[in-house]
Amino acid sequence: MSRAYNPRMIEELRDRIALLEGSASRKAVVLPFGVRQMDERLPGGGLAYGAVHEIAGGGSGTVDGAAAALFAAGIAARSKGKVLWCLTRPDLFFPAIAQAGLHPDRVIFCEGDKEEDVLASMEEGLSFGGLAAVVGELVRLPMVASRRLQLAAEKTGTIGLVVRRWRRQTEASDFGNPTASTTRWRVSVLPSEELPVAGVGRARWLLELMRVKAGECAEFEIGACDAKGRVCLLPHSANRPDTSTWRGSRAS
Amino acid sequence: MPADQPLVVISKSGSKRWISAADTAARKLGLKLGMPASKAQAVVANLTMIDADPSADAAALERLALWALRQYSPVVAVDGMDGIVMDTEGADHLQGGEDLLISGLVNGLRARGLTARAAVADTWGAAHAITRVTSAGTTVVPVGGVAKAVTGLPIHCLRLPPDTVHGLRVMGVETVGELSAMPRAPVTLRYGPEVGRRLDRLFGRMAEPIEPLRTPELVETARNFQEPIGAAETIAKYVRRLVGELTTKLETRGLGVRRSDLVIYRVDNTRQCIRAGLAKPVRDPARLSKLLCDRIEKIDPGFGIERLVLVAIMAEPLEERQAASSLIEEPVVDVTPLVDILGNRGQRLYRVTPVASDVPERSVMRVGPTADETGATWAANWPRPSRLLANPERIDVTALLPDQPPAVFTWRGKRRRVKRADGPERIFGEWWLRPREHAAVRDYFVVEDEAGERYWVYRAGDGVDTDTGSHLWFLHGVFG
Repeated sequence: MSRAYNPRMIEELRDRIALLEGSASRKAVVLPFGVRQMDERLPGGGLAYGAVHEIAGGGSGTVDGAAAALFAAGIAARSKGKVLWCLTRPDLFFPAIAQAGLHPDRVIFCEGDKEEDVLASMEEGLSFGGLAAVVGELVRLPMVASRRLQLAAEKTGTIGLVVRRWRRQTEASDFGNPTASTTRWRVSVLPSEELPVAGVGRARWLLELMRVKAGECAEFEIGACDAKGRVCLLPHSANRPDTSTWRGSRAS
Repeated sequence: MPADQPLVVISKSGSKRWISAADTAARKLGLKLGMPASKAQAVVANLTMIDADPSADAAALERLALWALRQYSPVVAVDGMDGIVMDTEGADHLQGGEDLLISGLVNGLRARGLTARAAVADTWGAAHAITRVTSAGTTVVPVGGVAKAVTGLPIHCLRLPPDTVHGLRVMGVETVGELSAMPRAPVTLRYGPEVGRRLDRLFGRMAEPIEPLRTPELVETARNFQEPIGAAETIAKYVRRLVGELTTKLETRGLGVRRSDLVIYRVDNTRQCIRAGLAKPVRDPARLSKLLCDRIEKIDPGFGIERLVLVAIMAEPLEERQAASSLIEEPVVDVTPLVDILGNRGQRLYRVTPVASDVPERSVMRVGPTADETGATWAANWPRPSRLLANPERIDVTALLPDQPPAVFTWRGKRRRVKRADGPERIFGEWWLRPREHAAVRDYFVVEDEAGERYWVYRAGDGVDTDTGSHLWFLHGVFG
């Protein structure tokens, strides 16, 4: 039976199946996070190019989407080329996005009046082909719309990133509805990294991989994007100095 | 010439000389239009008088109309002696709507030293009347609001011959409302059919097409149809053919399109326009036809279309350039096609660029999507929130003065205990730009609550001196 195992044959069969699925007429390329524990949970070893990825915030992040936007910006920063950022609520503060490694010259904003405009602009951007990533901030992402975005992304190999942010925290249960996106992430804020002195350290996030095609769900405690858009594993350390008081004052 | 020197323009007819235009200084001194020149000289001592030159006025007005044609609307014509009429339908979205279009137009003319009044209305007649009577710089009459807007206007703005107006005044008719309420037959019998026609055109009961201004330099292609067309595919097919012809014509002249108009003539003698703008001069038929065909759904063919005209209203020299070989350097992706497509759909496209300002809301400036890349970015040494509230929100805070971060704060009804904090980062007002901010100070803190949510809060004032601010606390941003 040992002769039956032929890695090349298995590879060929995989390629043929992928061809039949229609998703990978080209060789699937991925954008790795550069963190081994995260990349090995994703098929292909990273975020797939030519696919739509959904990112939502957790807790109050469902409304402000602050961490989700930074996480998306970090991914876009690590890709190469121009980025189209479609939104309806222009409350993004770009200095923070620039601190996540995304240069202002690389980002073209497209502000629409309605959700449908954002969807249409995203689809146009994804099928344009010359962009590195297309980011869209959306409240609702129906199945049909996500399918269209996914197909447009597959055609050109552009990464589509959908930042989901809702009007109210209770509406966030909408994130349970199925969509055609390849991966779904939820980013929630965690208490920041402990510092030996008083102050706020590097931001930490709880990153939940809620759904991935051909993969398992996972959870990571990560440090927020650095100046190059990279994240790192940053679990809570058990032994930490007590910095609960602020400069020895009675503030806490 | 000093601006406060009174200036009048004198028209001549035979030996009669009268004032045909006067500037603000002259009007203030009591000079009126139509006043004899000798009387004006008697009233004002050192009056500057210029002889009227109607042909030069007409030529200047036509130049202005051509500028408006390139800038604002595909259908522009000279209206009488002193006005310009435009059909803004299908072109106002490029300027951000009717309000912005006319206020931009009036402000643009004012910057060139011209005083103008503008009005948008359903009919040519109504817009003509309103601009000549009201004192407001810009007026927008809502759709269907013509009847209400014009009833109070005097009849001399109806574009009737002066004799007719005088005759109607003698009859005691002063306003448009009074005239339109009169029975039509006796009025027509006495003053001819012109009065009824003007009223019908004013109220939109009779169409009044605007014959658009054209110059020989405009590159134009047209197509007449034996049988009216109506199906979207057919329109798209002929639009592509027209674009093909237009680009061939442009190629012989070495031009590229910056702005093009598709004018659609329907069999019922009405007209529609589609205007497409481009960020850079373009001669690529595929890109141009995509921009125009994108908006075919906006065309209402009615009973059919009998004529299509495509005009390159604004054309600029376009040089052919050799494409860089992908072997030598990395190809730079040109995003202008995408910018054109999204921009013509009415989306607001922009990039952001740093401004040297410490005040957070002023440190970001929007620039055009195809503006030159400067490579500039913000200093990365201070943490900045990824979402900035447009209006900082008041929070209730318990904090030690002068420079301790909040211990507890309440935002949007939720009380949060601060676990960690950083600050203050003191930001001074820009007194060199805004005198009111001479002493203003904001102290920014990064605060983190028990759940790990991080906020950017500030106190207006330095905590000691009340001249520096109100000492109220605000939440300005949310960190990711």
